[in-house]
Amino acid sequence: MTSTIEFRKDLFADERDDTLLEIGKPTLRQDGLGHVTGRSRFFDDHHFDGLLHLRCVRSPHHHASIRSIDASAAERMPGVRKIIRGEDVPHNMNTLLSLMGFGRDDEMLIQTKRAAYRGEPVLAIVADTERQARDAVAAVRVDWEVLPHVLDVEEALKPAAPVVNDEYPNNSFDYHDLYDHQKLRFGDVAKGFAEAAHIVTGQYQMSPIEQAPTETCGAIAAPEQNGRFVCHSSTQALFFSLGTAVKLLDVPSSKLHFIGGTVGGGFGGKVDSLHEPMALLGSMLTGKPVKYIFDRAEEMQVGAPRGAELWRIKDGIAADGRVIAREFTGFFDSGAYTRLSSYAVIKGVGHMPGPYTIPNVAANVYCVFTNRTPATAMRGFGITGVDFAIERHMDKGARAVGMNPIEFRILNAYRDGDMKAHRRVAKNTALIECCQVVAGKAGVRLGAEASAASSLTGGGVGWRAEIPETVTDQAGRIGERRRAEIPLAPTGAPPGGRVAAGVRGEAVVAAPPQDADMALEAARIGHPMTAPAAAPAPQTPYPPARATVAAPPPAAPASARPATPPSTYAPAPQPPAPPPAQPETQFQRGVTRPGAPRFLSGTRRR
Amino acid sequence: MAIHKGRGFAAINYPIGMNLGGDPSQALVHATPDGKFKVTLSAIDLGQGMKSVTRQIAAETLGVPVADVYVDTADSDTGPHDMGSFASRGTHRMGNAVIRAAAEARKAMMEAAAEELEVNPADLETDGAGNINVKGAPGRAITVAATAEAAQFKQGRTLAGRGIFLIPPSKADPDTGEQTPVTCFAHAALIVDLEVDDETGEVTVTEVNSAYEVGRALNPRLVQQQLIGGAWMGLSHALWETTEPYYPARDHGAEDFNHYLMPGPGDVAPHHVSVLERPAEDGPYGGKGPGEMCANPLLPAVANAIFDAVGVECDTLPITPERVLRGLRANGGARPQGGMR
Amino acid sequence: MAKKPLTFTLNGAEASVFVEGGDNLLNVLRRGLGDFTPKYGCGQGACGVCTVLVDGAPQLSCLVLAETMAGRRIDTAASLENGPDLHPLQTAFLEGFAAQCGFCTPGMLIAAKALLEANPNPDRAAVEEAISGNICRCTGYEPIIDAILDAAAKMRGRAA
Repeated sequence: MTSTIEFRKDLFADERDDTLLEIGKPTLRQDGLGHVTGRSRFFDDHHFDGLLHLRCVRSPHHHASIRSIDASAAERMPGVRKIIRGEDVPHNMNTLLSLMGFGRDDEMLIQTKRAAYRGEPVLAIVADTERQARDAVAAVRVDWEVLPHVLDVEEALKPAAPVVNDEYPNNSFDYHDLYDHQKLRFGDVAKGFAEAAHIVTGQYQMSPIEQAPTETCGAIAAPEQNGRFVCHSSTQALFFSLGTAVKLLDVPSSKLHFIGGTVGGGFGGKVDSLHEPMALLGSMLTGKPVKYIFDRAEEMQVGAPRGAELWRIKDGIAADGRVIAREFTGFFDSGAYTRLSSYAVIKGVGHMPGPYTIPNVAANVYCVFTNRTPATAMRGFGITGVDFAIERHMDKGARAVGMNPIEFRILNAYRDGDMKAHRRVAKNTALIECCQVVAGKAGVRLGAEASAASSLTGGGVGWRAEIPETVTDQAGRIGERRRAEIPLAPTGAPPGGRVAAGVRGEAVVAAPPQDADMALEAARIGHPMTAPAAAPAPQTPYPPARATVAAPPPAAPASARPATPPSTYAPAPQPPAPPPAQPETQFQRGVTRPGAPRFLSGTRRR
Repeated sequence: MAIHKGRGFAAINYPIGMNLGGDPSQALVHATPDGKFKVTLSAIDLGQGMKSVTRQIAAETLGVPVADVYVDTADSDTGPHDMGSFASRGTHRMGNAVIRAAAEARKAMMEAAAEELEVNPADLETDGAGNINVKGAPGRAITVAATAEAAQFKQGRTLAGRGIFLIPPSKADPDTGEQTPVTCFAHAALIVDLEVDDETGEVTVTEVNSAYEVGRALNPRLVQQQLIGGAWMGLSHALWETTEPYYPARDHGAEDFNHYLMPGPGDVAPHHVSVLERPAEDGPYGGKGPGEMCANPLLPAVANAIFDAVGVECDTLPITPERVLRGLRANGGARPQGGMR
Repeated sequence: MAKKPLTFTLNGAEASVFVEGGDNLLNVLRRGLGDFTPKYGCGQGACGVCTVLVDGAPQLSCLVLAETMAGRRIDTAASLENGPDLHPLQTAFLEGFAAQCGFCTPGMLIAAKALLEANPNPDRAAVEEAISGNICRCTGYEPIIDAILDAAAKMRGRAA
């Protein structure tokens, strides 16, 4: 038996116009013919006369200082065109997200002082053939001073741990120049645990995973006419790589011409932009076309993986099966440098507590530096590990209360109009329907209540729509950890303040079309839009500015807390959650079979 | 020694687009003299179908056949800026940029046609087959090709459009974590059936049933590719893959595909998918992005099914036979849980 | 090291190229002769994206010493088309959405061609076996298996 797929057009049919002409059609891929004829041009499928090959000398140690590098033998070897040292990189310090103004520069293209992971490049060699480049790399002698290293995230956070990354001497990314972790606080988890009938705890560990695209990461750079350089690249982000090259090589972007877009799989592993600047540098220094590509071993052990994550979850569950408090402590293993892990932490925090409506949620999540290959994006970045932890934990919760695991999810599922822990209203939800459909497919019988539940109803009422008064604390201020270990769990820290109930900022929405001509006519959008921001914001019952109230005495003095939030973020008063969206236009295309349950009708299409 | 059957469930949602926004995408659209359209981007097709989905979006918006649209990407000399293909942002961000560019080109096309037909542009409609018709006046029509020719050679008008789509950047609050992570979410729920051999610790997935809510399925076959292939990767993550099998130790790290294990063509389990389509308000034609979230529910569902089969809590990934066997040994043998009805 | 001349038949035409001792066939095809259809994926013989036919048998060109190829018949994915017409395998891969990123596709097609020439009526297990040395990271394999079975059926229909 092979796989099947069906499109349940009967569900949400009144929210969709299914009469579009091209959208929704199984049109053949534009690149299909190129793929099946082998004519699709990947970055390496371009011919360059006199193509040179670049390979790197890499650290064999987890952590070691470079006393000296002796490349004299390599220099004399046949075919060797150029030895490139870190000093040859015009601006040899970067962090990927500096292009968005996030984080501090912490990584060299070619390390000059201290290698912080096994595989870190310390020298690059350009030679006529790949084999000559490999031979020359093997002939380089590096005088290493091996240093103590740390590979475990919790060990790395201890006061006496070796410093992995000079920019972040606490071995953790600095969030908002304030804390050594990203916090999430919604309600009061301690109160929720006290009221719970069941407490469920668990710990979850993901190991590093390789993106393993069949095409390894690489780039070819070559001189173009008019003093420019072309770069054929396997990047997942053309201008990200171009911008990174501009910064590291200190050249104007007008001198660079990037070509890509046909890539042999990426899965997140081709964002790091390591190859483009290196190939360009090689080409600039030799005046020849230069290719730099990972071999498979490098792709697997030097190329950045999806980083490991460690999660601890504590749930408080009421006797009726409602999760009333959930607490996370999380550690992203960033490896030796930041790359993108710092961002994944915030994404993970925004994802909590999963697709469920829980009135009290707290999290402390750390981006930790260890002496391993830097981690980066991968399919599901920042979410996959959290979801593994949450959904393992949900099964344990269902067991604790003696419920069917699907009914337990449906009971706790978020619905349209519910307030999420990141203080935005849920809309366009469909978790319950997914649960019901898959239960039907697999023959799992749900009870009457779970079968009747809907994402469209029951949300956004009473406590579900509200932001509770929230307990905050200032544990983990940057710099504290070196003096003493700090409590890692959100509930381990003494309360430092309270944020009044109802406080939230403005939801961010897409910038409108800059010109009216760029707007698709409403009748052709294909689905109903809620009224544009025309509706005037009603008077808010909440305080006009974020209220910070000192905790009851004798808690931390109010002065310990900044009077205003330190970020540029400016909370604004908000109206209460709107009722679930009602489509303005009803499309009459439902095909629910008479008499059939809503989620068991429809047709199966192979 | 025996084979134990188990069944596991998981449900997830997934944020669509780069967290906290700040990730613009741009597109350009222009017509050739005979009424074919070029879409010029710097977006990346990694196999997910970027070239194909933007082509369909452009054709739909322009109101012309998909065969008359070609997407050219990615060349930094011609394609305007795009943040990149990651974070399930391609379809959502670039799709919207293409809609805006194509909408502007369409506006110019309709004005040019109106001038030729001597009617008001508002009275015109496209038939999606290469013609522009006067509403309610059968026979009064002009082809897109003739419109483009007239526009460029008679009227001196370009049928072109520019588009940009941006969710403006925002920040997370340091104390509460408050943020606008994204503007829409995809959803999934999934049931895995599997067998555990309590002698070898090996796990064989026998069937997967799933329901994925993806916004509008802009091209059902592209969605199918992502869901079937992505679920395969999820199974692989659950049971096979890691670069550091004894993490946090770095020993025994794989350096080739003989040691970095993934399920092969003979290890594929039948996967029965139901696709739900609840259009996202700000998605292009309601589309979200199925490419990342499709893998996620497999990991916990497999672990939950193994617990159901033999009573071993597999909370460390990947769930190798070694880990299953160690769990079985710690428990003094298999403890079947009786399953989900 | 001196280069030596090498002549073999590539996709039905005579091809000559200078090679160094130790050059592998993959590099010679790609860089020496400009046939970019076989890909580099691992250089270890473990991924299959470099698969070509040598005298009709599938071989991993990254592991084949080029200088041993003198006088042999080598076919890459560039040989599949018949003039302007696609091979039934190509049509089946295209219409069956069996290619996503397309990087493994040429090697898959070659492995499938070798199978169908040896066994025009393979069952599913035979197809799985035939492509078991070819890694695909995108599709989950099933669309590829289905496409090969589909092409086999069409080719039998045409032959009958």
